[in-house]
Amino acid sequence: MGWFRRSPWVLHYNATSCNGCDIELIASLTPLYDLERFGIMNTGNPKHADILAVTGSVNEKSRQVVQTLYDQMPNPKVVVAVGICATSGCVFQDCYNVLGGVDKVLPVDVYIPGCAARPEAIIDGVLKACDILEEKYAQWKKMRRQ
Amino acid sequence: MAHRNIIPFGPQHPVLPEPIHFDLVTEDERIIDAIPSISYVHRGLERLIEKRDFLDFVHVADRICGLCSFMHSLGYCQAVEEIMGIEVPERALYLRSIWAELSRVHSHLFWLGVAADAFGFESLFMQALRLREPVLDIFEETTGARVILGVCKIGGVRRDIDDDSLKGIVIRLANLKAALEELGNVFINDYSVRHRLSGVGFISRDDAYALGCVGPMARASGLEIDMRKLGYAAYKYLDVEPAVETAGDCYARCLVRVREIFHSIDLVRQAAGKIPPGPIDVKVTGAPDGEYYSRVEQPRGEVIHYVKGNGAKFLQRFRVRVPTFSNIPAMIKVLKGAEVADVPNIILTLDPCISCTER
Amino acid sequence: MSKPQEIVPVEKSDLVGIVAELFAEGYRLVQIGCTTLPEAYELTYSFDREYRFRNLRFAVTKGEEVPSISVIYPNAFLYENEIHDLFGVVITHIAVDYRGTLYRTAVGTPFSIDNVKLTEAPKQKAAVPEEKPSAVPGEQTG
Repeated sequence: MGWFRRSPWVLHYNATSCNGCDIELIASLTPLYDLERFGIMNTGNPKHADILAVTGSVNEKSRQVVQTLYDQMPNPKVVVAVGICATSGCVFQDCYNVLGGVDKVLPVDVYIPGCAARPEAIIDGVLKACDILEEKYAQWKKMRRQ
Repeated sequence: MAHRNIIPFGPQHPVLPEPIHFDLVTEDERIIDAIPSISYVHRGLERLIEKRDFLDFVHVADRICGLCSFMHSLGYCQAVEEIMGIEVPERALYLRSIWAELSRVHSHLFWLGVAADAFGFESLFMQALRLREPVLDIFEETTGARVILGVCKIGGVRRDIDDDSLKGIVIRLANLKAALEELGNVFINDYSVRHRLSGVGFISRDDAYALGCVGPMARASGLEIDMRKLGYAAYKYLDVEPAVETAGDCYARCLVRVREIFHSIDLVRQAAGKIPPGPIDVKVTGAPDGEYYSRVEQPRGEVIHYVKGNGAKFLQRFRVRVPTFSNIPAMIKVLKGAEVADVPNIILTLDPCISCTER
Repeated sequence: MSKPQEIVPVEKSDLVGIVAELFAEGYRLVQIGCTTLPEAYELTYSFDREYRFRNLRFAVTKGEEVPSISVIYPNAFLYENEIHDLFGVVITHIAVDYRGTLYRTAVGTPFSIDNVKLTEAPKQKAAVPEEKPSAVPGEQTG
């Protein structure tokens, strides 16, 4: 039951974030908040990753990068939008170069609110993503059996 | 002649917290040219002045960058205050300096952590980020937020820190100092750190000056460029002593930052001792009519905020030139001739902050 | 209020000569900025030596060519490419010319005269409908 629970790996990409959410994401992986106690690791390689955490809204140039990273990840995969910029664009939604939230490019499974998203919220969001990942895995397995 | 290869570096790379792309032209293991390519995080926030009035725009300025959030709002507010001739109360100036110095401590600690991660010293990364948390706790208690503080406003600051809390902050920083000394000791004396950083990424004093280096990058090459010497906010009342090293390599840049952490803690102590009682803000009426270049020393160096208004609520032009933008030419110069394995180290010791660079 | 900043109006044709002089005097290039005016672009070159801040300023019309100073200050190339990409000001002979690929934006030359809506001075409320961001998150109490 649920071997994903043991160790999903997170790939982090900064689409157009201001760094606020990125440093909180990193802070949530370090000793005080310690996301790693759930076996969740930060990885730099999309081919190792199960969860894609995107911070910041998507712009003209980063949409291709986000798309490529998503395509490179193995199935099943979950996308987490960290922070309000990744959700809707925050104060930047009126900027000429901002397309809007990550959901304009990728199917997002979990939205984490906050500007910047707090580590507690990030931990909660990533754990929700783990549940979704498990569901997706079960579905995927069923599909393969058929 | 050796074969030439082009190695793409970034935008997504394990050591890079932020997207920047370099095309590294290599000959065997040696880099002979580096071509940067930016705009992965370009949002175009300078044009938001058309949609937000000059009072609201402080919130956008706060969000130019998460790591130096407070310095951006400070620089923007200073520029507007200079144009409008607002006399900010002294207590607010001191509070601004205190928050600015605390921002420097947390930014440098974050940098030390990420740099340690880049040369593969993961436990040091974890320790640095663990020691950064007490600073963020102080932010949370005094402003209500951890990274984007949103506490600076035109005409002063939004929140006061009472004297007892100030004393508490000084005591907590003093306690933190002991732990930081241990951490700093690892960065300064550890064999593997020295081995990875000494002599790597050298830039001479003259080159650094000609290429417009600012901040720790310039100070590590022996240039004393520190905008705090201009005496903005409460720095005119404090003893600011820029940390200057002369070696000009990655190790020197690391040393500068370690020394600056301690100096910042000392500046907070000085400011907490001298802070006068009084109001924390003044009422703002009218709109800016004129222009001003405000210069503020960020953790990464000198930042320029240019504000131009014509008396309307909406500004005519806002421009920010951030330290990383100024340091990129030096980054290219340093990368030429380096080994491929040292590239992450070199890029990180410049402390690139891409989201402010591209706005 | 401190003393006003040193902003010297210059002629475009004198630019390279003056910049070379400043270089010889040991100034460093702090920034090159551009501002969109209703009918023109205003370029400002800022220099600093030992905290003395000096600016050179001149205006160019749309399509006018500006000489590059990247021969004198190598780090000018980034600023010049930026101005070219965002404002559409033509700058000739940049040391490293990206030819418009430094910033890839959804709108071409977003800061050009055609794109920027400048508010009328003074005291006149802008015609743009004011959008209040509904409670900016992360920012507690006013």
